[in-house]
Amino acid sequence: MSKFKKKKSGELPAVSTASLPDIVFMLLFFFMTVTVMKDSDLMVKNSVPKASEIQKLDKKDPVMYIYAGKPTPKYQKKGGTSDQVQINDKFVSPDEIPNLVLEYQSGLRQELQDRFITALKVDKETKMGIVTDIKEALRDANALKINYITTEGDPLEGLK
Amino acid sequence: MAKRSAPEVNAGSMADIAFLLLIFFLVTTTIETNQGVSAKLPERQPPNQEAPPIKEKNVFMVMVNEQDQLLVEEELMGIEDLREAAEDFLDNGGDGSCTYCQGVKDPASSDNPNKAVISLKNNRGTSYEMYVAVQNELQAAYNSLRERERKRLYPNEVEWREMWAQYNAAKTSDARKEALEPKIKKLQELFPQKLSEADTQRD
Repeated sequence: MSKFKKKKSGELPAVSTASLPDIVFMLLFFFMTVTVMKDSDLMVKNSVPKASEIQKLDKKDPVMYIYAGKPTPKYQKKGGTSDQVQINDKFVSPDEIPNLVLEYQSGLRQELQDRFITALKVDKETKMGIVTDIKEALRDANALKINYITTEGDPLEGLK
Repeated sequence: MAKRSAPEVNAGSMADIAFLLLIFFLVTTTIETNQGVSAKLPERQPPNQEAPPIKEKNVFMVMVNEQDQLLVEEELMGIEDLREAAEDFLDNGGDGSCTYCQGVKDPASSDNPNKAVISLKNNRGTSYEMYVAVQNELQAAYNSLRERERKRLYPNEVEWREMWAQYNAAKTSDARKEALEPKIKKLQELFPQKLSEADTQRD
């Protein structure tokens, strides 16, 4: 008898998915902001060790990265299976490091040059031999500030 | 003809597009680890210059062999005991000139923190993981002694490691850095970091 009768009473309304894009966009923006595109393709294994006494490198610091470790399977044809040093997309021998470091350093502004830091991203299974070679090369180039890149954690965990 | 309202754009596929972008960024993301253990390499000395003589008791020898075994002061030691041993050595204060030291004042160990040198030697076959762990433990020994002095001298200041991080960060204001500088200098002076990886001359 009433004029305003509900047409389909009793049926559950569908859950609105209209806000789904908003949620996805929110996630998208999060990942967009935290993403750092890799500047060089890693050719060596690179799982860094853990340490607790760590210091964060500032984004504004002039940092040069040196990678070392065993070449990944894809690059073993080129680099063999023993420990290799990688700088900017190619394998280098330790003798070439001083020139590369000096080249990088001379491209920096004057006030940044004495804050120059070399970051060593070395795989934890690497032997110290090649790391010692890198360190000697850096001493030759007078690039004395170094940082062993690590993740935060207990360094003794993996050694027991 | 009846008047029609403009048709609504179907936004149902918007989620798909956003998902596609999201998955792309998920895959390409590597959260950068820009943190690590800092170290300073020794400068190249002119070849004919002789290293200053250091008394044997003032040198804390740490050696790591190719089997990742640790030899501290000619004794085998587990890495978990290294931090404490290094702290005891630095904090010893054998000659009594160090008023803030709380060590046992063993005359056979270091004279004072100013003279105490830690010498680290590794073999070419040592694993990098072990080396970093040793570096970390030695650094931790210095940090914990400096933190102890920070508590005594500047109880209202933030922790030593935090002070050091703020001092080195570019975003810290100049005023804050200026306030931190004398305190950091003082703490570094109390326990100067003398971690040598070059061959330390013994006499």
